[in-house]
Amino acid sequence: MSFIPHTAADVGAMLCEIGAESIEALFDEIPAGLRCAGLERLPAAMNEAEVTRLMQSRARADGLALNFIGAGAYEHHIPAAVWQIAGRGEFYTSYTPYQAEASQGTLQLLYEFQSMMASLTGMDASNASVYDGASAAAEAILMAVRAKRGARRVLIPAALHPLYRRTVRSIVAAQGIELVELPWEAASGTTNWKAIAAGAQEAAAVVVAQPNFFGVIEDADAATDRAHEIGALAIAACNPLALALLAPPGRWGSGAGADICCGDAQPFGIPLSGGGPYLGYLTCKQPLLRQLPGRIVGRTVDLDGKTGYTLTLQAREQHIRRAKATSNICTNQGLMTAAATIHLALVGAEGLHRIAAASHARTRELCARLAAIPGVRPLFPGPFFHERAIGLPRPAAGVLERMVRNGILGGHDLSQDYPELGHALLVCATETKTGADLDRYAEALAEALSC
Amino acid sequence: MLIFELSRPGRRSAQLAPAIRENTDDIPERARRVQPPLLPEVSELDAVRHYTRLSQRNFSIDTQFYPLGSCTMKYNPRAAHALAMLPEFLARHPLAPEATGQGFLACLHELQEMLAEITGMAAVSLTPMAGAQGEFAGVAMIRAYHGARGDHARNEIIVPDAAHGTNPASATVCGFKVREVPTTAEGNVDLGALAAAVGPQTAGLMLTNPSTLGVFEAGIVEIQRIVHAAGGLTYYDGANLNAILGKVRPGDMGFDAIHMNLHKTFSTPHGGGGPGAGAVGVSERLAAYLPVPLLGREGGLYRWIGERERPQSIGRLSAFMGNAGVLLRAWVYARMLGREGMARVADFSTLNANYLMARLARIGLPPFFPARRASHEFVVSLKPLKDETGVSAMDVAKCLLDKGFHAPTTYFPALVPECLLIEPTETESKQTLDAFADALAEILDLARRDPQRVKGSPWTLPVRRLDDVRAAREPDLAWNG
Amino acid sequence: MNIPENLRYTATHEWVRLEADGTLTVGITDHAQELLGDIVFLELPEAGRRVAAGEECAVVESVKAASDIYAPLAGEVVAVNTPATDDPAAVNRDPYAAWLFRIRPDDAGAMAGLLDAAAYRHAAESESH
Repeated sequence: MSFIPHTAADVGAMLCEIGAESIEALFDEIPAGLRCAGLERLPAAMNEAEVTRLMQSRARADGLALNFIGAGAYEHHIPAAVWQIAGRGEFYTSYTPYQAEASQGTLQLLYEFQSMMASLTGMDASNASVYDGASAAAEAILMAVRAKRGARRVLIPAALHPLYRRTVRSIVAAQGIELVELPWEAASGTTNWKAIAAGAQEAAAVVVAQPNFFGVIEDADAATDRAHEIGALAIAACNPLALALLAPPGRWGSGAGADICCGDAQPFGIPLSGGGPYLGYLTCKQPLLRQLPGRIVGRTVDLDGKTGYTLTLQAREQHIRRAKATSNICTNQGLMTAAATIHLALVGAEGLHRIAAASHARTRELCARLAAIPGVRPLFPGPFFHERAIGLPRPAAGVLERMVRNGILGGHDLSQDYPELGHALLVCATETKTGADLDRYAEALAEALSC
Repeated sequence: MLIFELSRPGRRSAQLAPAIRENTDDIPERARRVQPPLLPEVSELDAVRHYTRLSQRNFSIDTQFYPLGSCTMKYNPRAAHALAMLPEFLARHPLAPEATGQGFLACLHELQEMLAEITGMAAVSLTPMAGAQGEFAGVAMIRAYHGARGDHARNEIIVPDAAHGTNPASATVCGFKVREVPTTAEGNVDLGALAAAVGPQTAGLMLTNPSTLGVFEAGIVEIQRIVHAAGGLTYYDGANLNAILGKVRPGDMGFDAIHMNLHKTFSTPHGGGGPGAGAVGVSERLAAYLPVPLLGREGGLYRWIGERERPQSIGRLSAFMGNAGVLLRAWVYARMLGREGMARVADFSTLNANYLMARLARIGLPPFFPARRASHEFVVSLKPLKDETGVSAMDVAKCLLDKGFHAPTTYFPALVPECLLIEPTETESKQTLDAFADALAEILDLARRDPQRVKGSPWTLPVRRLDDVRAAREPDLAWNG
Repeated sequence: MNIPENLRYTATHEWVRLEADGTLTVGITDHAQELLGDIVFLELPEAGRRVAAGEECAVVESVKAASDIYAPLAGEVVAVNTPATDDPAAVNRDPYAAWLFRIRPDDAGAMAGLLDAAAYRHAAESESH
């Protein structure tokens, strides 16, 4: 099963044309001492029916639980049309649009994606996506450090997703960039932006998570203003679905708004799929355009004056600039971009607003139900989007384990990354949950706490 | 026409909006959005028709021969897509308990182990999300290794001048200086220059083998000896792994770290530019530095291994588990090929490349390295044609599009003037290769008879050649009404 | 190859003109703009910046390449040709009029170390063969 079409007659004719005795002879430049005898530890080949049986049985064993975990990856309804179109061979099996004339489909779609993300985030320009939200945050920080020549300190809220913080650290570590964490306030779960010392003069950027990891809506205006006051750029890290309800970063603060916006567009038609592939996005204001890494599509005209689309601003990229490139990134998340663009076109601004508002409403309703359970309380009073940190009377790990037995994924245990919160979990309900689902959750939680 | 231009105020796909009453009075006024984003207002049919039509403006493997050198555009089995899209896998939350995902984790663990065997490396991490991130991980591990030994003077990575641009870029983002070594007229690394370049400042060497010139690096044993004797480590860029699958393993060639492009060698989709998957493998001495999470198996249960158990790890490169869904597709492909199928990939991709190289030589396009075997790809130079007719490699590439073939890679490697890098892959038949050779013969003939016709191509695609200068001078990157 | 006799040059294809006020005007040569092709973007240094001889201090970008521009001598950047950033094609049309920046050199005597027209012609020709 190697998907090889050659007949014996083909092989004979081809070797004859080459003037080689055998296929084996074509490998005669490889030193004999290096040749591999065989891949004995690999399993034998399976045909499609066999591998399908195996995969289906594994999938069935994993099952489908009722999911209330968010924490950076969100379950939303994905319209059937999204993957039926994105999965078409012409999108699925094409590559980076190097030959623009033969890639107008992908190129126009990317231009539409860039337009949608720029508008949603209130920025001037977007690239055609990067790997995921966490690596997008790292690239945003690298952009800021390049733009602010010399300043190598970046302020990051401790209320930014812990896995984003770790990813950023691994990616920027080797470039001598100092990451300073901004604490959050125990009472509100928000970052105290005004407390950023004037002494942080050397900072290239301040990162603002909106909403933050606890689901809480930050004072993004104060954050942006404070960043600009100390001479730093403001980088917004946003769940883009939240921006259907919340002010776009490009308008934050009393001045020109945040400078860069990054995050994960997974909520737009991308399945959870065990952690990826997701869809990192990166948008920015005009003055930072030349720092924007990755593929960027522009609209132009052809020889006859007809509108067309092409990769542009590529002179700074690795295939041309090599060691001096703005980034080593080659690929974007093309297929995921197709899904997100189709998704956004299908739901439109009104639909997106309703998905965001419904997710918010469901989490509110869930919290109202939980209020009746003794010892269960929201940790932060402030406004939230569609996630909340909930305090429990006993360790979250055991509680979640008992809920799993009832077929419910009850949330994300916060005690590992934020032990100062005590027994706490992060819970998320989206528009996919019904009133009956919320009832089930409340019952399962009460039961898990009572035994 | 853009989707935005199809928009009509008030038109929507109402059935896609949730029927839940809005209740947002708790969100403060000043935090709210005032202007809705510029998204189209279209019906479901409008959107389906628009994006279906757009898809039809693409060349793809499913519709055309796509011999893009160094990209391994082979058939992507439909089964891999269908099985990775089973509802249970799609619904799996990355932070869900391990106990609820043993089937999913089993696939990833098996893939991790299979890739170690296929490449001859001691251990593998699946997390890098593309080849470039794999390179980053590999170079970061080399840095961590020297750092752990207190060997901080090693600040230089050596890269052949024929290398992909990502190699020097990745080394730079890892904080290294880059030193290039030249290539000989036969297409090998210049061993004398390499010996002169190494020293106590050498952290490592990055090498693609078979190289980007489409030939097996003849001095590989000597290259390893030179770099290792100087105290450096060697990194294998797996872009061309397809050529040697089951024939010779990077681990057996002596490499310390490698990345694989699963979207090339393991036939996961290229998706119009991604998602990729750039798993990395290492020798024993780098195993402690692998990026997390890794997959472990204990008492019959599969589980994640994270930072706590791997304190020396270079860390995490994505929020969760790389491009997990792509990894499932690679697993399906590897299981379908099995131990017998791997070497057949190398056999037939090499047969196809050497056959096409011989065919093209017969129509007046000799290989740039006539004394060498092709690996799974080869380079031809159109410099003689350009000198004779004025028709460039780019013109020929565009004319191929008119004939229904995707163009090979053009102008890379930059060492070869007016070059085409041609990679047919093992899944193409002799008949397709013959048709491609015939088309090129016709183009060469046309170039001599009517060069303007070739220089004006493509003529039959949705657009003719685009004004790149205008695109860059006056960037129009977003529609804004 | 248009190489005016009255200018000085660097091996990295910058031209340098000594002004009456002792500052140096810097641009890229006709040969350099031809190699780059259609220039689409100029990134110029900020006035007031101190530069070392040979330091990267500007970028000239075409569709297919981005090329660093090096300070020919150590000194302080005292002026930049901002209008040229709005019309980068001016560098293609007349590279010797579309200057990039001016430097006040620490040591004007170091001018003697730059190439004259004949030496630059020789260097550029041997590079392209």
